[in-house]
Amino acid sequence: MPSPERRLSQLDNGLTVIIQPSHASRLISVWAWYRVGSGDERAGQTGISHWVEHMNFKGTARLSREEMTGIVERHGGFWNGYTWVDQTTYVSTAHRDALDDLLLLESERMSACRYDADECESERTVIISELQGCENDPDQVLETEVTATAMKVHPYRHPTIGWRGDLETMTRDDLVGHYSRYYAPDNAAVVIAGDVDPDDAVSHVANAFGRIRPSAVNAPPRTAEPEQPGERRVSVERPGTVGYLKLAHHAPAFAHDDFPPMLVLDAVLTGAKGLNLWCSFRPQSAQRRSRLYRALVEQSLASGVQGACLPTRDAFLYYISMTAAEGVPVEAVEQAASEAIADLIRQGTTVDEVERARRQLHARMVFEGDSVTNIAHQAGYFHTLGALEAYDALPARLARVTADDVDRVAGAYLRASNRTIGMLHPASPAAPLRLRGPAGALPLRAPVPAVS
Amino acid sequence: MIPAADSALRPARRRLGSGAVIIARRNPLTPAVTFMLAFDAGSAFDPPSHPGLAAFTARMIDRGTADLSADDLAEEIEGRGASVEVTCNRQSLIVACTCLVDDFETLLTLVARMAHAPAFSLDQIELRRHETLTRLAQDRENTGTLATARFFERLYGERHPYAHAPRGTSDAIETLTRADLFAFHQARVRPALLTAAVVGDLDERAACDALEAALGGWPDADAPDRILPPVSPPALRDLSVIRVPGKAQADIAYGFLGPGRLDSGYYAFWVMNTVLGQFGMGGRLGENIRERQGMAYYAYSSYDAHRIPGPLLVRAGVDPGNVERTIAAIDLEVTRIATHGITPEERADAVRYLAGSIPRLLETNAGIAQFLISLEQFGLGDDFDQRLPALLSSVTVDEASAAASALDPARAVVAIAGP
Repeated sequence: MPSPERRLSQLDNGLTVIIQPSHASRLISVWAWYRVGSGDERAGQTGISHWVEHMNFKGTARLSREEMTGIVERHGGFWNGYTWVDQTTYVSTAHRDALDDLLLLESERMSACRYDADECESERTVIISELQGCENDPDQVLETEVTATAMKVHPYRHPTIGWRGDLETMTRDDLVGHYSRYYAPDNAAVVIAGDVDPDDAVSHVANAFGRIRPSAVNAPPRTAEPEQPGERRVSVERPGTVGYLKLAHHAPAFAHDDFPPMLVLDAVLTGAKGLNLWCSFRPQSAQRRSRLYRALVEQSLASGVQGACLPTRDAFLYYISMTAAEGVPVEAVEQAASEAIADLIRQGTTVDEVERARRQLHARMVFEGDSVTNIAHQAGYFHTLGALEAYDALPARLARVTADDVDRVAGAYLRASNRTIGMLHPASPAAPLRLRGPAGALPLRAPVPAVS
Repeated sequence: MIPAADSALRPARRRLGSGAVIIARRNPLTPAVTFMLAFDAGSAFDPPSHPGLAAFTARMIDRGTADLSADDLAEEIEGRGASVEVTCNRQSLIVACTCLVDDFETLLTLVARMAHAPAFSLDQIELRRHETLTRLAQDRENTGTLATARFFERLYGERHPYAHAPRGTSDAIETLTRADLFAFHQARVRPALLTAAVVGDLDERAACDALEAALGGWPDADAPDRILPPVSPPALRDLSVIRVPGKAQADIAYGFLGPGRLDSGYYAFWVMNTVLGQFGMGGRLGENIRERQGMAYYAYSSYDAHRIPGPLLVRAGVDPGNVERTIAAIDLEVTRIATHGITPEERADAVRYLAGSIPRLLETNAGIAQFLISLEQFGLGDDFDQRLPALLSSVTVDEASAAASALDPARAVVAIAGP
């Protein structure tokens, strides 16, 4: 839904500036977006984008580490950052009087971070601690294994937090090199939503960022994932009593024509979600009329089921995640889920189901616009994917989706040969942690909220 | 200088004959509405024989009414793209709905009916029982959940209503009956214990009229509030360890009792805790444990006050080999703030942060609704958002330091869950 008041411009140094006025409160939300994420990392440096994000809260030429957060909080503001496959971003939301301070913070972050050697080493163990927290979550362990099994060559296969071996061996020089390469105005966008005048806001951004020189960023090419030749499986065993099942299907990129019908398909299978990965941290209530809820939870085979059709620059994965009900073998959940999916492919969706899904998606997109923080996130997120126009057109794209479209993408993307099945079997507490399948481990649910 | 809020909320407010209080506030940002029905019916009111009954009642509220099946209800809600969530914490059972403004009256009527006349059908009870038992099994494998649950149990003492986790125990869930649900519903989910708030793109008077109409067929008499028993925190340090095999990280829950929400020392304690474990990257605790020693991704303290003394809870997730160092670091920071207090600069930063945060708390429909309900529950007044900055500014360095002086590591409750 493009806003008539949204202003998109570019400074001479290539920095994109997006201003979205909203005068319902006196708040502003300032986001700095960089076109770099774990999808741009090479072997040996997995997790470097996320680590660099952490380092960019550690002080700049003009701001101490304490001032980088204090400058926001003294305005009563909120700050954070996250890294995911296509992007790294930083946010501050505060009273409109904070505008220049927030822009100073982001301009310093773009061009003048310190990377003290001691701070780099201290942060290495912080990130390994973050990774250990992910390892504590069985669902995240399974997600990492499934993703690395489904994606063989495209860098989306790496967890955003990185593989542990790389986190233990990367150096300060690696971090500085990555920062110098990607943190430049021609690889970034500044987005401001809230109580601002567009012309005035652009001039403030120009004052803060205009002196920073562009660097003609040249990201490495990403190897396209070849078509999967047949169904893949991976199994994990961990101490515990609860089993988990995860299905991952190769799925279209956000800008692809098949993405809107995939969103509707996900809504039919598991219930509609919005498209804001930032506010999707909020718990999503169960959609009890969805097909998999009825086939699994209402039959007491699973205690929960969730789908995730995520907007990405390149083709990625459509996940369906299930928690086996206590005492139910994971294999029984897989059989029931597979049968429900096969039924959908065989019999198709109904017009009523598709209509309900579209209404749900429309409502979720309205709910996602409930704050200047969320409004700014969406503009920056989709601009960074190179797909802001496709996002603006999404309501119209969804309105054109028919039941036939949904049936077609169900047949194309949910077929057995396009999926990877991951199972986490609970083992007796005495059994050691054992992973089967691709080497390594370690997870990161997307996106990774990194710092707070 | 702390700026006052830009304008007071001053919502429309009515008290119905049944005792329910209804509040409405317009917010035109999006064509959506959030409304919440908050009953004084949290897990603190579980009967001792059935820990988890309130939370289980919450999980049954949206599973059918006397005249609509669970499927019919789901179709009505999900067909409109609306979201209905029923949650339960220690104090309250809350039914929250977000919907498009055009669907408001339909959904309000439906949700009021759900709260008033749940069916508690036997098949849905068995379904939800099975789900809840699986969630409890997941809780037993979650180090953060285990450490926090043990912390509450030891801080409040096993017999106190705040001691048990709202989700309860497997034994209690396995044995609860339909009659138990009806009895709890009749005792606690009732208009005399209800505060309802509506926030969204609608006229405040019309919203109150709609609320009054939706709740009008639900009469009630005054319900005496149950007085929660006083709390006797441990006189000596209480440290316990829960072994969870196969985990990569250990979770620490450490803390004390702080003042109640209406106690005179509340604001000073709030400011002090912001210095200890909130400001910047987790206050002094985050600075020591995360920033200087690199031991944890998260290290912070929270303070959550209710009508009875609330917990100051320090949380950290660390490598199992760093548990002792982390607890020593927490002890050190607690001792330091208790002995030397806070500095004028720290006090100024904390007050500016807390006062300046108010507009953000009041930005979304859900945020405003939660705030309005808390004003009502604690009797803080409709202009509280404007008075709050001055209340925070009035806290002196000496008062915040005095609040810290009560913290003593020798009396801390410490719970650790890990491999």
